[in-house]
Amino acid sequence: MTIKEISDTIDGKVICCEENLSARVEYAFASDLMSDVLTVEKENIVLITGLANLQTIRTSEMSEIGCIIIARGKKTGEEMISLAKENSMTLIECPHSMFYISGKLYKAGIKPIY
Amino acid sequence: MQFSHKIAGGDFSKAGNVASAVKKVLRQMNIDHSVSKRVVIALYEGEVNVVAHAYSGVIDVDIDETRIKITISDKGPGIADIDQAMEEGYSTASPKVRENGFGAGMGLSNMRKNSDAMRISSVPGEGTIVEITNYTKPDPEKNMIIEDLGREPFVKELR
Amino acid sequence: MKITDIISALDLKVISGKSGLSNEATGGYVSDLLSDVIGNSKEGQIWITLQTHQNIIAVASLKDISAIIIVKGFIPEADTIEKSNTENIPVLGTDLDTFNITGRLFELLKKE
Repeated sequence: MTIKEISDTIDGKVICCEENLSARVEYAFASDLMSDVLTVEKENIVLITGLANLQTIRTSEMSEIGCIIIARGKKTGEEMISLAKENSMTLIECPHSMFYISGKLYKAGIKPIY
Repeated sequence: MQFSHKIAGGDFSKAGNVASAVKKVLRQMNIDHSVSKRVVIALYEGEVNVVAHAYSGVIDVDIDETRIKITISDKGPGIADIDQAMEEGYSTASPKVRENGFGAGMGLSNMRKNSDAMRISSVPGEGTIVEITNYTKPDPEKNMIIEDLGREPFVKELR
Repeated sequence: MKITDIISALDLKVISGKSGLSNEATGGYVSDLLSDVIGNSKEGQIWITLQTHQNIIAVASLKDISAIIIVKGFIPEADTIEKSNTENIPVLGTDLDTFNITGRLFELLKKE
């Protein structure tokens, strides 16, 4: 699916790096724990998380994750957006729960990492 | 090439700054991506450990043609039982740390998995030193020594 | 949906809290942040998490969670297991990761 399709499927709002909207993503990983995210070796994944803070962006930068969905209606802050832009990472805000987002994307064919 | 960074314990707003800076340096030096990614992840976890558990720390980075060696030393409570600390899932993190997305007890094991050699020493009540080494090119001599010894390149010292 | 049916459908391992196996699941909740679970989870939901420390039982009990699924083959601490037995909260395990098991549970519950 493209990042745009992913965003539309979950009623997401793209916050930055719209230039990546047509990029395709195959896999997803859901977690609030950054050390867990750091174990991800695949590229081309979307991270689904409810942790809306700078460390989410830092961790995604280290793991080279290109797209992050911030769940639970949490808002992204200026620092987060600025760091995401620096690394060309698309941020999507979504009002739904991680349970719902994971369920919908799994059903839509996005694959788990392992 | 060598450089150092100081880090403050408890400051999550800056956690990861050093790892990010090192990532840029490694990219500029054209270090193999598969090597630099592991270095950066191990370093990030080490940096977060200092922020999460210690009062302050220093990260020394030493890069030469064959390896990247990073030493993370901190002043802090130290680790009483290193084997236990290395277990995945074991954590002494505070609620503040957990709410920042850490504290799942995977930091040290992530560091070990992402480095070619790791050495950790600690004095409870004083602090901890973690040294991680990643080889930029396969060094036959070094690799042979590790294999010859038949044990994982991980050393722990508890004084 | 009964926890026991979910266990068989998703091939989950029963780690502890067997006395709670007759619980009914009303939905699912995914989070590794305790304050979030306390604030936003609903009674009867199955909670999917990577956290293994004993606080998860206190939270689950507080929020009347029907069961906890611990992912990626992680094993809860002894304290956690003990507490789950006292509090009658089933602690279940899967080797799959959160996204994977959630996707399957979502499908399963939707069919209800």
